[in-house]
Amino acid sequence: MCNSNILIKIIENMGKNIIENKDYLTELDRVIGDADHGINMSKGFSAVDAKLDEMNGKDWGSTLKTVAMTLISTVGGASGPLYGTAFLRASTVVDGKMEIDKEDIINMFEQAVEGIKMRGKSDKGDKTILDALIPAFEALKLAYEEGKDTKTAFKMAEEAALEGVEYTKDIIAKKGRASYLGERSIGHQDPGATSTYIMIKSINEVLEQN
Amino acid sequence: MIGLVIVSHSNKIAEGIVDLCYEMAGKDLNIIPAGGTSDGRIGTDPILIKDSIEKAYDGDGVAILADIGSSIMSSELAMEMLEDDIKKKTCILDTPIVEGSIAVSVQASISKDMEDIKRAAEEARTTRKIS
Repeated sequence: MCNSNILIKIIENMGKNIIENKDYLTELDRVIGDADHGINMSKGFSAVDAKLDEMNGKDWGSTLKTVAMTLISTVGGASGPLYGTAFLRASTVVDGKMEIDKEDIINMFEQAVEGIKMRGKSDKGDKTILDALIPAFEALKLAYEEGKDTKTAFKMAEEAALEGVEYTKDIIAKKGRASYLGERSIGHQDPGATSTYIMIKSINEVLEQN
Repeated sequence: MIGLVIVSHSNKIAEGIVDLCYEMAGKDLNIIPAGGTSDGRIGTDPILIKDSIEKAYDGDGVAILADIGSSIMSSELAMEMLEDDIKKKTCILDTPIVEGSIAVSVQASISKDMEDIKRAAEEARTTRKIS
């Protein structure tokens, strides 16, 4: 259903959007974190971009694994091991596959969520990546259960991720540098949830064009 | 000898701690700095940490001392990437990075037992500087 050429386009688009939003993500992080999220994520995705040719034509598992290892070795901040683990865990369920189906997509997302929960010892409501990723995953799963197609399912996932990003403005940060601020973190949008939203939106943009 | 890996967001901090430990515990230590990113930024690099653990390992085990935030996460990820025989003899110590590294390096110069190392780290965590 989704071939590995689409994956390359998705990864390329994720990189483009993350790099375009470098200053925005860093500005969000400057307010409640250590002002490096945009810089770190751009470093990571620039390194991923440089490997696109090498990944072209490979199966889903090895492509996702390359993305994971590249982010792990180049990002530098907490988002490196977090997103790296997400991609790495997702890669294990599509190892060797050139084409994937709905079930694979759900499994990949589920692994990504579980990987980030495990790595960050975190869950929904802590003002992190998970506040965008978990609602997106739940919306995607529900959409598939209701028989929706992949484009619609991802549209719903993107909307849920955006709502999750908005929700992070209302809650206290429990993880990372922002947690030192306690109640003063309220009112500010989480940079990690925002970069997750950008990545899900990037998937959508490619699906809509194909 | 138990090897030590010093994980800091700053390469200068990691290297400085290694110098300090050599001064306090002697030059024979297996102690490897793993600070900063590969392109010289402030940050941590799980691959560098993994390589450093392998370098510090001589069969007895490796203790990791880390500063804050992603240094713990990156160290945990580095450990998952290790071969099983090294992994099961590697641990992350919950202790202040400077005080803990000094205490642990002195202990590593006299004991090959990881339990002694963990005890030294724990003591460094609770020792008051001004009584």
